Amino acid sequence: MAEKNISSTKLEEVEQGCVLYNLDPIIMKYHYEVDYIHSYAQDSPFFAGLAKGELKGSRCTKCGSTFGTPRSHCMNCGAPTEWMDLPLNGKIHTFTTCYFGGQEFLDETPFTLIMVEWPGVDTFFLSRLVGVAPEDVQIGMEVKARFRRLSQFKPTDVYFVKADV
Amino acid sequence: MRPVYMVSGGITKFSKASPNKDFRYMVKESFDSAMADVPDLTLDRIDGSVASYFSDHFTRQLMAGIMVHDYLGLTPKPSRRIESGGATGGMCFQSAWEAIASGRMDVVAAFGFETMSHVNTWKGNEFIALASDTNFDYPVGGFYTGYYAMMVKRHMHEFGTTVEQLAAVSVKNHKNAMHNPYAQFPAELTIQDVLNSEMVSDPLKRLDICVMSDGAATAILASEEMAYKLTDKPIRITGVGTGTDAMRLADRPSREVILLPHENPEDYKNLKYPGVHSFRGGRVAAKEAYKMAKIENPLEELDFVELHDAFTSSEIQTYEDLGLCKYGDGGKFVESGAADLNGKVPVNPSGGLLACGHPVGATGLMQSVFAFWQLQGNVSKHFGGDGALQLKNPKRGLIHSHAGTGTYITVSIMERGF
Repeated sequence: MAEKNISSTKLEEVEQGCVLYNLDPIIMKYHYEVDYIHSYAQDSPFFAGLAKGELKGSRCTKCGSTFGTPRSHCMNCGAPTEWMDLPLNGKIHTFTTCYFGGQEFLDETPFTLIMVEWPGVDTFFLSRLVGVAPEDVQIGMEVKARFRRLSQFKPTDVYFVKADV
Repeated sequence: MRPVYMVSGGITKFSKASPNKDFRYMVKESFDSAMADVPDLTLDRIDGSVASYFSDHFTRQLMAGIMVHDYLGLTPKPSRRIESGGATGGMCFQSAWEAIASGRMDVVAAFGFETMSHVNTWKGNEFIALASDTNFDYPVGGFYTGYYAMMVKRHMHEFGTTVEQLAAVSVKNHKNAMHNPYAQFPAELTIQDVLNSEMVSDPLKRLDICVMSDGAATAILASEEMAYKLTDKPIRITGVGTGTDAMRLADRPSREVILLPHENPEDYKNLKYPGVHSFRGGRVAAKEAYKMAKIENPLEELDFVELHDAFTSSEIQTYEDLGLCKYGDGGKFVESGAADLNGKVPVNPSGGLLACGHPVGATGLMQSVFAFWQLQGNVSKHFGGDGALQLKNPKRGLIHSHAGTGTYITVSIMERGF
């Protein structure tokens, strides 16, 4: 790299330009991108579990509340929770098929979202249902968990299919 | 606590995009329109402001609130920014209320805006979905319409709510907006038009969902002494309430129904509550606001309601949370015509979010401005001479602002002070 001439009185020109959509008013493209260094922190064992084919919820060590989506402290009494294995079979509490979505997921539409419920577990788990036509999905349908072979360490490492598949 | 009044309000016409005005200019327009209605109010009599906008992503500008405060000529007075998702506007209104009720300030400008046109709709949906748990919810297919679709599916399962009842909300609100010159999307629709519109997330269709908008709104609040100096038609804020619920829709264990004064435990013997079909935070907000405003039976004691109908389904769910009907009866309530402009308690006479648009930070304040004009009897004056939406002699109205999957909810009661 050439040494910068600090005594130069001319600002260097660059062939960069911009993407312009409109002149009055000026409307232009502004690009913004960022890589986060995101930590799952106390939720990490959940994602590590998915990589091992385990679905983990949590249980309050004090009041016994159970959570289908784990949390490290109880939403009812504030005490610490412990990890517990959730059954791989559950039922659809509610569902929808999305034909539109945020940009990141547009390519994946249509996809079906479900809330999974388990008897004796106080809260639900959000996941995707795969392999069932939208018109065949029903509340109460029995489903079972499947895991991606190659983990991405995302909650979509687990998904659900009909229990009798 | 001191009594608090609203003395003026202003809004911009909500639109898909307003590239000729940035967020500062839009707020200034709504602010100037509010100031013009109270000529005795000069800048030096305003003690401070509260700024309302939801997403730094849309603005691509941190500390945008102070930039507006500066642009309005209010520096170096106190100001703060409020953010609480879709309820940001309602929360901003309540923050201004607190500043006056506490005695800290005598006149406060509450202003809000959103400039959602700065990204495409699918990117906007992504930004909005970032207001869901980014570890567990967003990556599964983060899409708010999807979350609301799951809630209403369960509502339909529990209570037999129908897609025609959802569509009736859309027809009503779009129709009301035909007489609201500020509305982005007024329309004469039929139930069939709504049912035939593009499916977005089953059962919610294009016409069940509000649009993204650019817009701004300002509400000016004052102490009793200042209110009666500034206007002969002040509107008193007689109740405020705020409720919350877990961020994740999945985190909704079953509990007892939180009862309003006019309800009995026998009404809800076998109801799992709130489940994913009801907004416990909305019920808590209503209960607190009703207690403060001494409302025993909302259906009998409210003359109109402006509520957060981001989806037709959430309007139906909110009738129930507010106690306008029993849990489960929301679908029948709209079907009966009770929420119509000439019904028992007109709901969203302005056209609501569905038809006016939803520039998030402005929305809750927009509701306060429409409610304010209703209570002053000034709808025609502000709607270019069209008084079709003016209710007959309304004395008390309710405004309701709502975030997330029912995560932050505000309810405020406004009453004629003259």
